[in-house]
Formats: sequence, C-alpha cells, structure tokens
Amino acid sequence: MSVTLKINGESRTLDADPDSPLLWALRDELGMTGTKFGCGIAACGACTVHWDGMPIRSCQTMVGDLEGAEITTIEGVNGKAAKAVQEAWNELDVPQCGYCQSGQIMAATALLAETSKPTDEDIDIAMDGNVCRCATYARIRKAIHAAADKMEA
Amino acid sequence: MLHLLHKPLEAQKPSRRTFLKMSAGAVGGLIIAAKMPNAAKAAAGADEFVQPFVHIRPDNTVVVLSKHLDKGQGTANGLATLVADELDASHEQIVLALAPSNPQLYANSLFGVQGTGGSTAIPNAFMQYRQAGAAAKAMVVSAAAKEWGVPAGEITISDGVVSHASGKSATLGELAGLAANEDVPAEPALKTPDQWVYIGKSFPRKDVKNKTVGAPNTYTIDFSREGMLTATVARSPRFGGTVKSFNAAEAKKVAGVVDIFQIPNGVAVVAESTWPAIKARDLLEIEWDDSAAETRSTDEMMTELKDMTTKSGLKVREDGDVDAALDASAKVMEIDYDFPFLAHGAMEPLDIVGEFDGETAQFWFGSQIPTIDHNVASTILGIPFEKVSINTLWAGGSFGRRAQGDAHPVSEISFLLKAMREAGMEPRPVKIVWTREDDMAGGYYRPMSAHKIKVGLDGDGNVTAVKYNIAAKSIIKGTAFEPMLMPNGVDHNMTEGASDTTYSFPMMNMDQAFQETPVPVLWWRSVGHTHTAYVMETMIDRIAKETGKDPVALRLELLKDDPRKTNVLKLAAEKAGWDTPLPEGRHRGVAVHKSFGSYVAEVVEISIREDDTVKVEKVVAAVDCGVPVNPDNIRAQVEGGIGYGLGAILRNQVTLSDGYVEETNFDTYESLRMSDMPEIEVHIVPSTDSPTGIGEPGTPPIGPAVANAIAAAKDKWITSLPFTKAGLV
Repeated sequence: MSVTLKINGESRTLDADPDSPLLWALRDELGMTGTKFGCGIAACGACTVHWDGMPIRSCQTMVGDLEGAEITTIEGVNGKAAKAVQEAWNELDVPQCGYCQSGQIMAATALLAETSKPTDEDIDIAMDGNVCRCATYARIRKAIHAAADKMEA
Repeated sequence: MLHLLHKPLEAQKPSRRTFLKMSAGAVGGLIIAAKMPNAAKAAAGADEFVQPFVHIRPDNTVVVLSKHLDKGQGTANGLATLVADELDASHEQIVLALAPSNPQLYANSLFGVQGTGGSTAIPNAFMQYRQAGAAAKAMVVSAAAKEWGVPAGEITISDGVVSHASGKSATLGELAGLAANEDVPAEPALKTPDQWVYIGKSFPRKDVKNKTVGAPNTYTIDFSREGMLTATVARSPRFGGTVKSFNAAEAKKVAGVVDIFQIPNGVAVVAESTWPAIKARDLLEIEWDDSAAETRSTDEMMTELKDMTTKSGLKVREDGDVDAALDASAKVMEIDYDFPFLAHGAMEPLDIVGEFDGETAQFWFGSQIPTIDHNVASTILGIPFEKVSINTLWAGGSFGRRAQGDAHPVSEISFLLKAMREAGMEPRPVKIVWTREDDMAGGYYRPMSAHKIKVGLDGDGNVTAVKYNIAAKSIIKGTAFEPMLMPNGVDHNMTEGASDTTYSFPMMNMDQAFQETPVPVLWWRSVGHTHTAYVMETMIDRIAKETGKDPVALRLELLKDDPRKTNVLKLAAEKAGWDTPLPEGRHRGVAVHKSFGSYVAEVVEISIREDDTVKVEKVVAAVDCGVPVNPDNIRAQVEGGIGYGLGAILRNQVTLSDGYVEETNFDTYESLRMSDMPEIEVHIVPSTDSPTGIGEPGTPPIGPAVANAIAAAKDKWITSLPFTKAGLV
C-alpha cells in the first residue's frame, strides 16, 4: 500500500508494507539514515523522531498509521530549540560514539520546545527513554541546561 | 579489550609471527614503514602531500588518518591533536579519517599487527604521530625555504600559516605539493612540552558536528553501495548448535526477499532491504543440532565455577606456603564472590558490508583488529591478502565487542558472499545487519566468574597472607592470541588487577581454573579488572572494617610502595572531602585501581531511597594517565567509564536457562539511564610521564566504591553481582 505524509515539511509517498516500521522506511526507502536502529522495541530511543512535534519511537510506529502525519527527523529538525540544542551539544563535546545522539537531540529538542527552562527532574523524565551506552548523560544534562540558557538569551 | 601491554609475571613481547600464523594466512614481511609506498604516492594529486598519517590537501585541509578504530573513545581526535600540535596546524583545518587495513603502515606498535584495544592507542602512537606531524612540518618548512630563498631556520608556522620575517607567507595547503617532494626526515625535531599548543590543553572533538546532525555514511549501518542487498542471519539460539535442517518456504514468500542460504553458522536471508530480511527470518523453520551445544543454565555453570575455586588450579602467583601462613594467623576472613556474564550492548549492533567479484573483495565496517579480519577474509574467499580491502568506518560503540579474535562478522559475511557466488548470483554488495537480539543473545560476553579469597590477619590486625582462587572461561585460550599471551598456560587477562597488586601484603598466592563451555567470551571494557578491582577493593574495606581502620588510611598504609596510586587516592579523598561530615542520609565509599597503566581513584556518595534502593549521587575521580593529551576527552572517558561500570554493577547480567539466553534486549538487560547518572567530577594529575590509556581505567573502581558505600550505609557486603540480586536497585 502507499501512504502519503509529510517528512521534514515535504510531502512524501511511502510504498511499503503497512506493518513495516517507519524507521526502516526512513532509512531504506528514503535514505535518511540519521535516525538510528537501536533495539526495535522502543526501549532505547535511538530512533526518536517527532510526530506533530511529539517525540516518538519510529521502530514501533508503523507506516500504515501515518497517513497525513507530519514527521520530523534529525535531518530536518530546526527552530530555536533544535538550534540551541545542537550548539550546546557541540560546545560541550557531548557525543562519544555518537550513535544515540540523533535520538537524544530529538528528545531534548521536544523537551525544550515544551518546557523552556527544564529542571533536573524534567530532564530525567524526558530523557530516561534514551539510552546512551557511552553514558554521556552528565554532559547531555549540562547541554540541555545550556541550551535553555541560549534560548532565553 | 586487547590487553597485550600488561604482563604481571614476566615480560612477553608479542610475537607477530605466531599471531599471524594463528589468525589464518600470513602477511609476510611486516614492516612498520615511515614512508608511503610509491604506488600510493603516485596516486595522490601533484599538489597534495601524502604520508601514512598525514595528508595535506591543496584546499588547505589537513587529514589525519587514525590507525585505530574510533568507537567513541576519541582516539581519532587524540591522534589528530598530536599531529596538529607538531605541525602547528589550525584546529579548524584538521579533518579526521580512519585508516584502512594495512599492517605494513598501520600496525599497533604494541601488538605488531593493526588493532585497537587495551587502551593502547595513545600510548603506542604518542611518539609516532608526533613524529609524523613534526616530519610534515620539517618538509613544509624546507619547501618554503627553497621557494622563498630564505634559511629554513627563519621560517615559522603558527595556526596553519607558514611565514617569514620578510613578509612572505603561505598556507600549509599552498605548500603541500612542494613539501611532498622533500625527503622525509628520519628523526624530525619534536617540540618540548612547554611549546605544545594543543597537547595538555584543548583540542575539541572534530567528530561532534557529524554526530549532532545525523550525517550520512558515518556508521556501517548507514553505509550503502550501489545495488546493495541486506541480510540477516538466523544463528543457533544455543551456543555451539548447528543447523540440522531448515524450511525456507514461508520466508521466501516475503516481498523483497532475494534468496536464502545456509552458511556454516546458520541460515542467511538476503533481501532488497532491512525490514523484509528481519521479517522473513522469523518465518524460517530451523531444526538445530544441539549435540555440541551448551544446554546448562548459568546457575549450573556457576555451581561448577564455585566448585573449581575450592581446589588448586594453575599457579598465577606464588609467594610462599600460603596455607601455613593462614593457619598461623589469628583470624582468617573467607569471602566468595560471583560475577555474571555481561553483554557489551554497544548502541550500534554489529554490522558489516562486503562485496566479492570472485577476484577481489572489499569490506566496510568498524574493524577493530583489521589484520585478523583481513587474513580471515582472504583465507575464506581463497584470494590473496592484497586482493582484500578493509575500509574502517566509525563504530557506534564497542567496549571490546568489535575486537574478536575469531573475526566472526567478517567470517560470516565471507561465507555468505561465497555462497551467493557459488549459487550463480550476479555479484552484489551485501550488508549483514544484526538486530539487538542477535547482538545481545549472540555471546562474546564478559566471562562469568567465581572467586574465593582468604585473608589472614595477625593479632594486631595486619594482613599476614592472601589466598585468591578464581575460575572462569578464559578469553584467550583457544584463540589466535593464545600462543602470544599464554606462553606458560596462564591467562593474565583473568587475574590482572589482583595478581599484580601493589598492596604490600607479606604473601599472596593466586590460582586460576578454566571453565569449558561453547559460550564465546570476550574482553569487556577493562577485562579482568571488571572483577578483580571489585574483589580487591571491597576486600580492603572489609579488612578496614574488621580492624577498625579508616578505608583511605588503610589503603595509604598498604600502598607505601606505590606513589602514583597514593597520589590519586589522596587527591580524590581531598576533593571529595573524605574527612568532612556528610549530610544526613548520605554515605561514602572509595576505591583506587590501576589498569592499563593508568591510576584512578573514585570516591562516591550515595543515598538510600525510601524504598531501600540505592542512588549514586556523586563521584569524585582523580586520574593519573601520564601526559594528559586531551584533558577534556580524559574527563569524558572517565565519566563514560564510570557510567558504563555503574550500569553493569547495578543491574546487568546475561543468564542462560537450558542454554537459552534470557536477556535479549534493553527491556531485560536494563541499561544505565539519565536518572541513574551521578554528578561526576574528574581531577587530572599533571604529569610528564609517558601517556597511558584512558578508555577503560575509569570503569574498574566504580563498582567497589559503590559497594563500599553501601556497606558503610547498611553494613551489608554485596558479593554476588549485580546489585539487583540484593534487592538494592
């Protein structure tokens, strides 16, 4: 079947098995590999994208459910929060292996778009679904606070 | 990880001849060359400067090729720091690249073959990459001197700009072509430490930008070739099982499936893209032959290990008649410990891309020991070593997982490429993707182990003797590394961090015994130190408790012959305010350990939640790793090393039931997460000693430091890992 949706603002038609995950449609059909495969069961957050601005796990979001949806991926994320997050990530040298960071950035951007001045507890709640095996969490936390400061400035 | 540096009992220089023989095939004539082969030189553009580690391009970029796999530890940036400093290049113009497999050019000088591990990247390459940068600088200066007709001694380079007092100036890129024609100096002058502009200061990571925008072609899983197919492999769910028969009728019906092949270790589903390959594999009906498979539970395996520790084993260290010394002691403390299998759980599951046209083969992946991978591919495909290319890509983590002595990913894809060819398929590149379940249930674990330790104390509370027996499956035995690393039959990877302790015990004996099981095991960030540091450092706290001594004071007393360990311990204790009172509900613990040549002390502060579970609030670490090449990356590695160790100690284990893995994904193998991460302070000891590794040494002390804090809080000693077993998480 084919499904028409918006990805990063552009209308795209996916010709895929309706039960196939958005993750693999993005990566294999559209060649957008910034969104990563980590677990396939929505337990690690590496595949986080935005659906109407909300962070979702693309490995457990099926193509058949996406007619008319607006999806944003790491390749297309922009706006004040995203820019602040990416800048802070660079300034603090957050990534190590970097594989989870697309998902971390998508989750952090969604958090800041919703809550411009998050507390440590807000960060715990928003980011606990995103695993980083290099354990860059301390820097992610600092970078989210730094990004919040940037957005305020 | 690979651990060839550390030889507690006797020096063993790696024999690359034996190593290569064992890793299948032979390279012949390994030379660590300083010069690029003529062919490579000729292939470069006329305006380009091309040397093994440094390319200067006409566009004024300076490419530094890392001979080591970068899997997040910052090695590529670290090596670039060395070149940039000696060359006086600007931070901006540096570009990081990973070198392909080439044992002549890119051998690890501590291994004799190309490979990354044992936290050896900076230690083995510190002089080599500085020399490469200094040689490039000398060649640029010499070329400029000729071009400008001025004495070379009057030319300076600063921040990538070459200049002379006469007003003449040029970029490195502008002089690249001329510099390429200069002779490579054999012994270029190196800077003195006071002249360093980046080393020991700051050189922000150049790989961060790509990793924050989801840049294409960064990792193997993202890598694509024209016409590429994607494959999954159904491997035996029990370790050591083989395919008896299979029915692929239903799997073949999945749209996008191209073909299905039996290969030595399973059944491969080859498809046009990833999802059909995953979906079709679930539809395979496979009957496995488990006659040689592991069918025990990990509980049964642990019973066997514990039994082994009650008997004499191979002598790792033997100071004297330890039984007599224990018999003569006023008191003997006897403690048993057990540690589970651990999966590495790198965020990017294993993956590899390969293509084979019958005469040449190419591979793209995060190859951690390229020389072995290269040999194995050449042997399986039956083509000469020179006809195989291995291109190294950035890896989404490893923690030891990609350093396989048996090269199983390249072996598997080589068999698949061969099967595709033999079936008459037109040559097409193929990518084998591992799902998380494949990766986690696929073995190559940190070995499970049992430890029995007896500590004798005299009437004054002084240690009289230590007897330590350990049992586990050997990581080394039966692999390509055995002849080199176990010449006398002893596996030091298993006992490192204990048999070589610098605690001044009057007598210590250590025995080891090897469990036999088809479950493959591998080095896991800090290898033997993952268990020995826990045993040694909690043992010291138990002695302190038994004898009424302060844990830091007792360590300092026993470390009188180890000034560097003493120094980091004092520094961490001071920075953490060890002697100051804690707020209500907080408790401290300490541990200090040397691994891979680096010294790390950690003081942790924990709280006990209302539900009696433990929260690690803060860690203060002090580190001595010699010259700190990139201090911020050292801090990052210690932060990450602490988080990696903490997650494992708190709640990670891989268990088997009837030989089947029970934890197959992050829902049951629960990773450390944001809310678990403590605040971390890292203090680096200024040093002029040769740099030692930092990828692993942050990990060993965290477990025992937390365990010691728990003991301080609850008078409860945890000896069976992970902490979830004690209901504390």
